[in-house]
Amino acid sequence: MAASNGAAFEQPASFAFDAESEAEIAKIVTRYPPGRQASAVIPALYIAQRQMKRQTGSAWVPVKAMDAVAHRLGMPPIRVYEVATFYFMFNTKPVGTYHLQVCTTTPCWLRGSDAVTEACRKETGIKGWGETSADGMFTMTEVECLGACVNAPILQVDDDFYEDMDAEKVKQLLDALRRGERPTPGSMAGRQNAAPEGGPTTLTTLHFAPEA
Amino acid sequence: MLQDKDRIFTNLYGLHDPFLKGARARGDWDDTKALLARGRDAIIQEMKDSGLRGRGGAGFPTGLKWSFMPKQSDRPCYLVVNADESEPGTCKDRDIIRHDPHKLIEGCLVAGFAMGACAAYIYIRGEFYNESVALQHAIDEAYEAGLIGKNACGSGYDFDVFLHRGAGAYICGEETALIESLEGKKGMPRMKPPFPAGVGLYGCPSTVNNVESIAVSPTILRRGASWFSGLGRQNNTGQKVFCISGHVNKPCNVEEELGIPLRELIDKYAGGVRGGWDNLLAVIPGGSSVPLIPKSICDEVLMDFDSLRAVRSGLGTAAVIVMDKSTDVIKAIARLSKFYMHESCGQCTPCREGTGWMWRVMTRMVEGRADPAEIDTLEQVTRQVEGHTICALGDAAAWPIQGLIRHFRPVMEERIAAYKSRGAKPLPMAAE
Repeated sequence: MAASNGAAFEQPASFAFDAESEAEIAKIVTRYPPGRQASAVIPALYIAQRQMKRQTGSAWVPVKAMDAVAHRLGMPPIRVYEVATFYFMFNTKPVGTYHLQVCTTTPCWLRGSDAVTEACRKETGIKGWGETSADGMFTMTEVECLGACVNAPILQVDDDFYEDMDAEKVKQLLDALRRGERPTPGSMAGRQNAAPEGGPTTLTTLHFAPEA
Repeated sequence: MLQDKDRIFTNLYGLHDPFLKGARARGDWDDTKALLARGRDAIIQEMKDSGLRGRGGAGFPTGLKWSFMPKQSDRPCYLVVNADESEPGTCKDRDIIRHDPHKLIEGCLVAGFAMGACAAYIYIRGEFYNESVALQHAIDEAYEAGLIGKNACGSGYDFDVFLHRGAGAYICGEETALIESLEGKKGMPRMKPPFPAGVGLYGCPSTVNNVESIAVSPTILRRGASWFSGLGRQNNTGQKVFCISGHVNKPCNVEEELGIPLRELIDKYAGGVRGGWDNLLAVIPGGSSVPLIPKSICDEVLMDFDSLRAVRSGLGTAAVIVMDKSTDVIKAIARLSKFYMHESCGQCTPCREGTGWMWRVMTRMVEGRADPAEIDTLEQVTRQVEGHTICALGDAAAWPIQGLIRHFRPVMEERIAAYKSRGAKPLPMAAE
């Protein structure tokens, strides 16, 4: 089997949930009524993907892991394959240490996602979407609207949103990641979340009882 | 103009502690037992009287929706909260979830009680990982404090709240696709009827509500239907979180009354259009699915369901995407066509094939590599997709293109003429 950029990869010969994953699954299945444990298929696939990250450094879901989910939840394997390929957030091939997910949908595009894309390419040497850098450090994926549009453009790294990005901030962020640092997610322009630049203009007259 | 004292989401920007202590200081969980003691019918009546229309896009009256749930049921009933916020331009539920999670959880209890549900499942989009961690923490706190779970708030009512994270599929914001996904399947919408209130999650009576609709309900009950209906405009009552993105000086979220003029919303809260109001080209006023409106309409239009419908657009999720005169408006809409192609679940042929076809033609329209007659062909195809699919994704893919053709046809024709004048030949028609 070949990845889209031609890099061959191996499906592991086996996969078994480790103790940490097992404990998480056991907790999650209690959220659903008896006999409805198939509801846990998405959470279980996430758990498998995270376990792969722990064990191999790459967050992806091999076929054997899908089989393990099917076995654990009492589902036919094909039902798990369907789910793993229907939803966009399961990587069915290995990804780099950091998964760069660039939102290019219209609200981000209006605010400069082209420059973010270009900067990611330049800094990582990656040419096309879905490819992994030669050093295995970064995989770059085009994603659809991430739901943080007033802080556009967004670059999502693994699970974290880096907001109000531009080319220079991409460079700084990727340099920091290369050094093994993990900058605090959120607005890279120093904004208070989704408040306007310069600080909130509403909710300024409210005083609440002490929170301490 | 809405005053701070009438704002519901008092921690919208996360300036204060989002969790239980901070939430209580802001008035959440204040004698919720007394709210429940009013009884199911009284709660639903109050919600109906408030005039609240669902905040997820369709604007269906929330109280009426709750009343569709069976009064007696031998099967369990469920409240399902749609936190799959994925409509391009929309980022309001995210701030409610991460900064005011207890408003949502308390709303789940109140709404769930009113409809006789035993549990709420909150379906949050997969990309909101950090938000899901915050919400789970708040849920754990609420259990710990006896606010939900057995004998919730000392009311004698047992009610669970579960969080379920999706995995990156816009279609799961459609209520029946969401239910399918929650059951562990691909997110493919179901035929209706039966409606979820009859046959929903696990085949049981269910109601699916947007995060914002649920999160405002405890405040409405506390302050009264007349307070809420006194804000906004008739049939478009109350306040709402607006998301202002795109070419404005200061993009932001803000809570305001329905019926605020679009221009005032942009000028007052988002620092105005980049380069001034006269530099405005067009606005998508309610998330990517609604048709854009050109500046001439933006000058006067009010931001509510009925006013925007009257100009053949919609309030949708109140996500205002602003485009100034530097925008290639054909490209902006073509990118939305790509979005819908990517997000079509593939179940219905008109949508699966139509979204791809429309995107390919839109791509040529961006270049001008087309025949002027193809604009009409494109318009006709959007009409053949619209209304011919199980869910509204087909409609949502059609409307932005219809809006573009309605208001910017001359721009499309100019683009085609410019391409021709360079001596290049267009593709033969319908070669897709």
